[in-house]
Amino acid sequence: MADALAAHAPQFDDAEQQRTASNLGIWIFLATEILFFGVLFAAYAITRVRFPDAFAAASRLTNLPLAGTNTAVLLTSSLTMALGVHAAQHGARRAVVGWLSLTVALGCAFLAIKAVEYRLDYLEHLVPTLDFRYAGPQADQVELFFYMYFFITAVHGLHVLIGIGCIATIAVMAARNAFSPDYFTPIDVTGLYWHLVDVIWLFVFPILYLISRS
Amino acid sequence: MDSLPFFPVSASTTAGQVDNLYFAWLALSGVVALAVALLLIWFAVRYRRGSAANRIVADAAKSEKRMRRIEIVWTVVPVVLFLAMFVWSARVYYVNVTVPRGALPIYIVAKQWMWHAEHPAGEREINELHVPLGRPVELLMTSQDVIHSLSIPGFRIKQDVLPGRYTTLWFTANRAGEYHLFCTQFCGASHSHMVGRVVVMEAAAFEGWLSAHANLPTMAARGAQRYRQLGCDGCHGAQASVHAPKLEGLFGRSVELRDGRSVLADERFIRDAVLLPNREVPAGYDASMPSFRGQIGEEELLEIIEYLKSLGNATQQVMP
Amino acid sequence: MNSASIASEENYLSSGWNWWAWLTTLDHKRIGILYTITITLLFGIGGAAAAMIRLDLLTPNSQLVSVETYNKLFTMHGVIMVWFFLIPSIPATLGNFLVPMMVGARDLAFPRLNLASWYLFVGGALFTIYALLAGGVDTGWTFYAPYSTTFSTSQVFAAATGVFIAGFSSILTGLNFVVTIHSMRAPGMTWFRLPLFIWAMYATSLILVLATPVLAMTLMLMGMERIFGIGVFDPALGGDPLLFQHLFWFYSHPAVYIMVVPAMGVASEIISCFCRNPIFGYRFMAYAMLAIAAFGFLVWGHHMFVSGQSAFAGTVFSLLTFLVSVPSAIKVFNWTATLYKGHVTFHAPMLYALGFVGLFTIGGLTGLFLASLGLDVHMHDSYFVVAHFHYIMVGAAVMAFFGGMHFWWPKVTGRMYPEGWARFSAILTFTGFNLTFFPQFILGYLGMPRRYPVYPPEFQAWNVLSSAGASLLVFGYILPLIYLLWSLRYGERAPANPWGAKGLEWETASPPPSENFHATPLVSEEAYAYARSESPHG
Repeated sequence: MADALAAHAPQFDDAEQQRTASNLGIWIFLATEILFFGVLFAAYAITRVRFPDAFAAASRLTNLPLAGTNTAVLLTSSLTMALGVHAAQHGARRAVVGWLSLTVALGCAFLAIKAVEYRLDYLEHLVPTLDFRYAGPQADQVELFFYMYFFITAVHGLHVLIGIGCIATIAVMAARNAFSPDYFTPIDVTGLYWHLVDVIWLFVFPILYLISRS
Repeated sequence: MDSLPFFPVSASTTAGQVDNLYFAWLALSGVVALAVALLLIWFAVRYRRGSAANRIVADAAKSEKRMRRIEIVWTVVPVVLFLAMFVWSARVYYVNVTVPRGALPIYIVAKQWMWHAEHPAGEREINELHVPLGRPVELLMTSQDVIHSLSIPGFRIKQDVLPGRYTTLWFTANRAGEYHLFCTQFCGASHSHMVGRVVVMEAAAFEGWLSAHANLPTMAARGAQRYRQLGCDGCHGAQASVHAPKLEGLFGRSVELRDGRSVLADERFIRDAVLLPNREVPAGYDASMPSFRGQIGEEELLEIIEYLKSLGNATQQVMP
Repeated sequence: MNSASIASEENYLSSGWNWWAWLTTLDHKRIGILYTITITLLFGIGGAAAAMIRLDLLTPNSQLVSVETYNKLFTMHGVIMVWFFLIPSIPATLGNFLVPMMVGARDLAFPRLNLASWYLFVGGALFTIYALLAGGVDTGWTFYAPYSTTFSTSQVFAAATGVFIAGFSSILTGLNFVVTIHSMRAPGMTWFRLPLFIWAMYATSLILVLATPVLAMTLMLMGMERIFGIGVFDPALGGDPLLFQHLFWFYSHPAVYIMVVPAMGVASEIISCFCRNPIFGYRFMAYAMLAIAAFGFLVWGHHMFVSGQSAFAGTVFSLLTFLVSVPSAIKVFNWTATLYKGHVTFHAPMLYALGFVGLFTIGGLTGLFLASLGLDVHMHDSYFVVAHFHYIMVGAAVMAFFGGMHFWWPKVTGRMYPEGWARFSAILTFTGFNLTFFPQFILGYLGMPRRYPVYPPEFQAWNVLSSAGASLLVFGYILPLIYLLWSLRYGERAPANPWGAKGLEWETASPPPSENFHATPLVSEEAYAYARSESPHG
């Protein structure tokens, strides 16, 4: 089966063309994702500049330990993903399945920790429209911060979920010997997507949790 | 003539400048459009298949060079023309947004679906605006709900009217009469009913109209009353025990803030101070002023602004 | 040539004629046809709304429909025409069909993404039609906050969802085109031998890919604010309604180039063929389209001169807007110059293309009026703006679309359309269009605001003239529908290259085989290599 797929899809002239096309395709897709999140970051940045005090106060109420742990988890998962791609380049099927499975596990851990974090936020009355309570000044703007916080992290979480699905799928495909050193494009492409999800988190984390914590 | 109008009446001092721009563009684009059309037609006829026109290109290299030169010319010429038009139109625009000193202020509150005008001397109008001939008038406008836009085609002016902030428009009417006033930002079901008229009156007639309609105290007087009603002088008054800024002479002054910035104490500043007090805390004070959001309407806020203007040197605004 | 069978040899239409084959096809040519059918239906809906608008405007007091209904009519007209007709039109129909063929490939780079793109488009359309049937939307296609987020009680969320989903369709199409053009060109097909239609598709795809995500997120923010009542745009909470406008127009201005750049590509193909001349200044034309795509991202603030944005911002945007019009001006001059020393014939595609050049010129020039700060203050949100953008989007883009449909109809279907009727339609459309929209320039300067079902009575005469023109225009659109469908069964069979045109798509049969070419083409000549003294046939 590996040989059959090492051949190229019919619209391409050869495997080389398919690889080039797939690579260019995923990079363009990543560009669209950056623009997608860029709008969220822009809206957040503009609102933050208008209400620096309220946003700083609100930011201090976020759960830094859990989010920090999540950062470590996601960074590690990028590492395991990269190792999975590396293993695929060498045709080490069991290693590929192993690293991809570990990545899936770490991704799930990220989401689980996020769920815990959301629950804690809910218990502390920090979820807008769900019994939000804030006793300090500029409560409306603090609520606005949390609205954006949940929106941005939820959109990011959705991308993590989709990534987990993709990685799980290619892990299964790898287990069924679908890839070879000549053809592992899906792993390559998914790896790039996963790295982007990680990079986006590396922007989300500081702007939501770290700014104004001295 | 009225059944097929071609051109709007021109009733303000700046309308002529806008019209000149328009005519210039009409001329320029007319020439270009005509040139393109004529060339297309001429080439199409002359070089139609089977015609005897000469199609031989004698010297390919020379032709290539000539083509290159033509391309450059018809790139550079438009750029130069456009830059000239840009500068001219920007200057007209700057006149449009620079409110002259001593303009008579009129306050506009737009709401679905009517225009509410308040004269400082106390007159109130709905969907009508009586203004004097030959005197600059400044409209300070806000919306109570959605974005509207006040347009007076006869004066060639227009400005969006936003909720949550003030925008301004100014004009000097130079022709007595009545002119259309439209809302030109879609604002809901009765958007097209949100129309009115501007009535430009000679100075004497305008004074007459003012006195005939002055059945309310001035805006500043009403503002003073509101100021006391809301308890503002509890903190800002001379007898106050709380450390709060004194407001006499504040309006129009530059205020230094706690974070080091300097802002102008204009209408926007007052409005934000009342509704979002802790965004711009003056230096030497703390962020303890309560917000009056929900307790004060747009018209009342404007009355308080007029009152504060009356307390000090109300300098005229030059809009950025 | 016998007319008994569909074609004497196997082609992409002859194999697999059942629903399943069509709905699961991966063939870019069939997907192009699926899109054509879909957008024609949607054009009908959007056009019906327009017809009702123009009928209602015959009288100054909105006697045909209530003002609430009118507001929903112009909103749905805008939403459907912009996102469900114009944006996909040339790229998803002609682009899908022609991009692989023009570069010499068997299909696009990602055929499954292509099919997914069509399904996403249909899904988005269904949401929008649901919004229409469930009461309509009344915010205008521009969805300005806070009216759309807090005040409107219409189906804003459903409509925004429909557009959101259709946006992904745009992104996938653009992605597919960029990758195909980069990596799947036939041997010898260097960048500067590509047809200008491909350059147009490439420039358009860059915009599709980079601008559409911004729209998606903006609509999402608006939708969330509508549902949860807290927001970034709501001034009652210190939010900024201008932020919505900036985000919205950051996409929507480049979007207008998505609508017109493909039309420019079509015009170049048609004009060069029917003049038997290479396009004058090929490289300038290619660079101009790229410049338009790039600069188009820098001018969005010209929709906001009186919005409350700062005068400084307005000045910068005005300057940039003037600069972005320069490449378009160059293109108009170059098209005109292409006729010089050519052999010009006036088949229907050429009539449509010449109409495009004329109407695009007027539309573009009137854009300059609006770019002038001092003048725009008076003209903003008036019928002058309505006339301007209809000249570009309908006058230019739709005429080019029809021109392209006619030009490539023989290639796509293997049939010729009836030439006489087609020329008549082109002229009828051009005339009807001008009658409909030229009076609106006058109305605009007089001060008639847009989106007004009720207007001052002195504006009635021009409105009646405009509506009269619209009744002609309707026929200009219906006629091609009729005779093109007629030609599918009764039209004369088309040879591989009925126009004697240059381009790889003409070197294969009409209709083409499923794999486009029996052997990979080898390209050895420049684009539009019409010999200067050659006399055309056809």
